[in-house]
Amino acid sequence: MSALRRHRRLTAIWASEPGWKGWFSTVNHTDVGRMFLATSFFFFLVGGILAMLIRAQLATPHSAFAGPEVYNQLFTMHGTIMMFLFAIPTFEGLAIYLLPKMLGTRDLAYPRLTAYGYWCYFFGGGMLLFSLLAGIAPDGGWFMYPPLTGPIYSPGINTDFWLIGITFVEISAICAAVEFCVSILRYRAPGMSLDKMPIFAWYALVTSLMILTGFPPLILGSVLLEVERAFGLPFFQAELGGDSLLWQHLFWLFGHPEVYIIFLPAAGVISTVIPVMCRTTLLGYGWVVAAAVALAFLSFGLWVHHMFTTGIPHMGLAFFSAASTLVAVPTGVQVFAWIGTMWKGRPELHLPMLHILGFFVTFVMGGLTGVMVAIVPFDWQAHDTAFVTAHLHYVLFGGFVFPILAAIYYWLPLFTGRTRFFKLGELAFGLIFVGFHGTFLAMHWVGLLGQRRRIETYDAEAGWTTINLVSSVSSFVLAIGLAMVLLDVLLHFVVAVRGRRNPWHAGSLEWAMPAPPPAYNFASLPVVETRDPVSSDPHLAVRLARGEGWLADPALDRRETLTVEPSSGTPEYMVIYPGNTRLPIVFAAITGLFFLSLLIKVYWLTPIALAGIATVGWRWVWSLAQPVDLGPQEAGRGERLPVSGETDRAPGWWGSAFLLAADATFFGSLLFGYAFLWTVAPGWPPPELLEPSLLELGVGLAGALVASIGMRIAIRGNRSRGTGVAGLAVALTGTAAAALAVASLMIRVPAPAGHAYDATLFVLGGYALFHAALAGLMQTFLIVRVRRGFTSPARRAEFPIVCLWADYLALVTILVLVVAHLPGWLA
Amino acid sequence: MFAGATLILAFVLVLLALAFRPRSVPPDERGQTRFWIIGLGLGFSMTILAALLAYGLTVGERLLPRDSAETVAVRAVAERWSWSFGYEELPGHVTENVLHIPAGRPVDVAITSVDVVHSFWVPRLAGKLDAIPGHVNVLRIEADAPGTYDGLTAEFNGEGYEEHEFLVIAHDEADWQAFLRGEAP
Ligand code: HEM
Ligand SMILES: [Cu+2]
Repeated sequence: MSALRRHRRLTAIWASEPGWKGWFSTVNHTDVGRMFLATSFFFFLVGGILAMLIRAQLATPHSAFAGPEVYNQLFTMHGTIMMFLFAIPTFEGLAIYLLPKMLGTRDLAYPRLTAYGYWCYFFGGGMLLFSLLAGIAPDGGWFMYPPLTGPIYSPGINTDFWLIGITFVEISAICAAVEFCVSILRYRAPGMSLDKMPIFAWYALVTSLMILTGFPPLILGSVLLEVERAFGLPFFQAELGGDSLLWQHLFWLFGHPEVYIIFLPAAGVISTVIPVMCRTTLLGYGWVVAAAVALAFLSFGLWVHHMFTTGIPHMGLAFFSAASTLVAVPTGVQVFAWIGTMWKGRPELHLPMLHILGFFVTFVMGGLTGVMVAIVPFDWQAHDTAFVTAHLHYVLFGGFVFPILAAIYYWLPLFTGRTRFFKLGELAFGLIFVGFHGTFLAMHWVGLLGQRRRIETYDAEAGWTTINLVSSVSSFVLAIGLAMVLLDVLLHFVVAVRGRRNPWHAGSLEWAMPAPPPAYNFASLPVVETRDPVSSDPHLAVRLARGEGWLADPALDRRETLTVEPSSGTPEYMVIYPGNTRLPIVFAAITGLFFLSLLIKVYWLTPIALAGIATVGWRWVWSLAQPVDLGPQEAGRGERLPVSGETDRAPGWWGSAFLLAADATFFGSLLFGYAFLWTVAPGWPPPELLEPSLLELGVGLAGALVASIGMRIAIRGNRSRGTGVAGLAVALTGTAAAALAVASLMIRVPAPAGHAYDATLFVLGGYALFHAALAGLMQTFLIVRVRRGFTSPARRAEFPIVCLWADYLALVTILVLVVAHLPGWLA
Repeated sequence: MFAGATLILAFVLVLLALAFRPRSVPPDERGQTRFWIIGLGLGFSMTILAALLAYGLTVGERLLPRDSAETVAVRAVAERWSWSFGYEELPGHVTENVLHIPAGRPVDVAITSVDVVHSFWVPRLAGKLDAIPGHVNVLRIEADAPGTYDGLTAEFNGEGYEEHEFLVIAHDEADWQAFLRGEAP
């Protein structure tokens, strides 16, 4: 088969539907990555416009431009949009677009999930945008401290938009994180062992793991606050045994790692771009990976430094202060590794490199002011002043926006297959750099003079007028610079000239394909022997197009790729992807309906939406049915590999494992909240404890164990006789018993709206009940599958997946029942 | 602190600039790793941090409230958008938006809130400490000289945030005694 014919054939298999209709049914990572990036840059524009309005308001004292009602919405939405709708989705979009190309495979692990995540982001972002346009946007600051945001002091719908909209958007972050973990660990080119992985993939892996453990506390906090607002269960009201400090802990448990979730992908870009711009390789690859991992670990121990002024005991302050300054060490390792790389090679001042230099200057300054605010006595003065706002922009703009601009200019030739014609970018860089530093150096200064953040105006006598004016004027220079980048990129699409493949002479695999990339990425999958496969074999692209790699034969008209053993990179099994479908957008719309029903408080719609979610979810999984045993398949290069449905550890198992890691963090945060309220909140112990019930406990614990054992019987039964129905029925009975026990717990809780204790138990029970329902649904599904003949001793992959969820249910049920009954017993 | 920060920034910038000078160094990965990563990345960062931390902790230690017979105890209760202050030595007396203290003596302010989170901040006297519903935080302040000091709320609390301010009046000994006798100055 000639390269051209193979290209046509593969394109027919992989391409999305033509025209704009294709956007709604595409599941291809290149398409979805582009959609993500376009949407996130749109939100950058919106956030930027809000920033300009803020600076316009602050430019002069007693400005009548916006009153507090409007101003509070402006800064809250600016912060919220930049953090949740721009920064995180930009990482997701970039990684979705790049990862499979860099890893030498054809798509991410779950193409439909990629699209689902995008549509959740799209609809959730749309909700927030609507609130902004309608003038009912959130106005409690981007960290939304209750009681200010509670039902009493913020009765309006504004806060609900934040809690519900952001939670909806977070679904996309969780989906993407699960998907990246599995894709990076398993979906790589044969031979790409962990130590040959492109450095960006390492960073994406660490970032994804951080999302899985960082976002659940925020999601939990949002759920609790929304439940308090909507149904009166008190979690944050001191009079009823709640504590507003709980929110602060949950928020910053997320909020601090969030900063690194934003910075690490950018660091991945820098580690990728610098060596190429300097014609060399990264200095200390292993050290850089270790530094990223260390940063991730450390950042989870630091959240309290955002709460230095809340009356944390002195020892705690000293500990967190020390830990906070400690993050500077892995950051220092990375910065010096980058500079060392530049010394090792011969740096060339292309446009991406300019932005990297902008990053260095800005980020180092931000890091230094960061170390200052980590010192408690200084923070007590600087906290909540413009100094902190300035510091955070040095870190976020320096550590994220500059690297992303570098990324845009670096990968644009791949993205479009063209080269820049007008040299607008260089001028734009100058304006951005000057404008940025003018804006925020000035803000450091007024902050030290005592200007608080989040004030909509100030007195002329304060003596801040000139500095604020300088800041505002500079911010407009910055905005013009950013607008020029946008123009430059648009012009690039319209008028530019076709470019060469791999114009930077980079060594990573994304350059071993035609530009713009075809839907299938690689006509055949490369065999990787070095860290820079394209440098070691300049003709790699041509050889792959000719079909000299794996999976070169498109004869079966399937979307195929293969997975590898995580550490060594030896091929393990073949994956056959589902094709284009509207299921993701439909699923996201129904998920949106669920959130919408909560937002506008039309509660009869909620169960309908939930039933819809269950139905579509069922169809989603059902469509992966494999009616007959396929046996090992031809994988090219004379090798045969089993298909994923005929293995014990299918992609679904890996995805479930990572999803459960996030789920367990959510549960752990809930238990933390319970313990925290018990020990710290005023008004504890509660007036009335739950009456311990041996029957409830016994039924629940027995059910949990039976559910778990039943699944094991089912696995064994399927393996030996090809049927698992008996075991599944046992498991289903156990699940039902567990559900009964936790439902009884929820009913017996004395007064859910009366005290935080009762409210917490109610939520704990609800959490377990939800997991029982989920496990029950999965077991029923599997029974139907077996009955219809879609399983066999070979087609066994779904059993271990359900087993995983049943085990988790068992764990949750036992823990919930024990922590609910224990206090009553001890008393 | 700012001088140190400027020096470090200058150091990094010089290193960056030197990377662009024309040269022909034989690549010696191992030596370079040792120099850049172990020497600068680990060694340099840790030295600076240790120094800074030692400084921060000693300064922090000095700010710790110490017991002293001289100490005056007052209460600050925040509410949207006002502050009311009570005095241990003058039970029942409450002042709105003005806190009276003696100059030259340590004052412990017990801070709390009846509605949302606020923060008590008198920039010239001490750092800030939050007023949190259901909790009482104690802040030590001390005015060296008699006079008035501006106080602010430093945690966003809704629409009246910008104007949520108060005043601290530090009295000399005679005035303070007069205040305690209920002869409001
Ligand atoms: C495009 C240039 C930008 C300008 C001129 C700008 C300006 C500002 C200003 C003046 C404030 C302070 C509002 C106040 O305290 O009254 C602010 C707050 C904030 N900005 Fe930006 N910003 C920019 C970009 C960004 C980016 C890229 C991010 C994050 C990725 C970001 C995140 C935030 C956050 C989190 C806040 C705090 C919001 C709050 O207090 O609730 N900004 N920005
Ligand atoms: Cu932090």
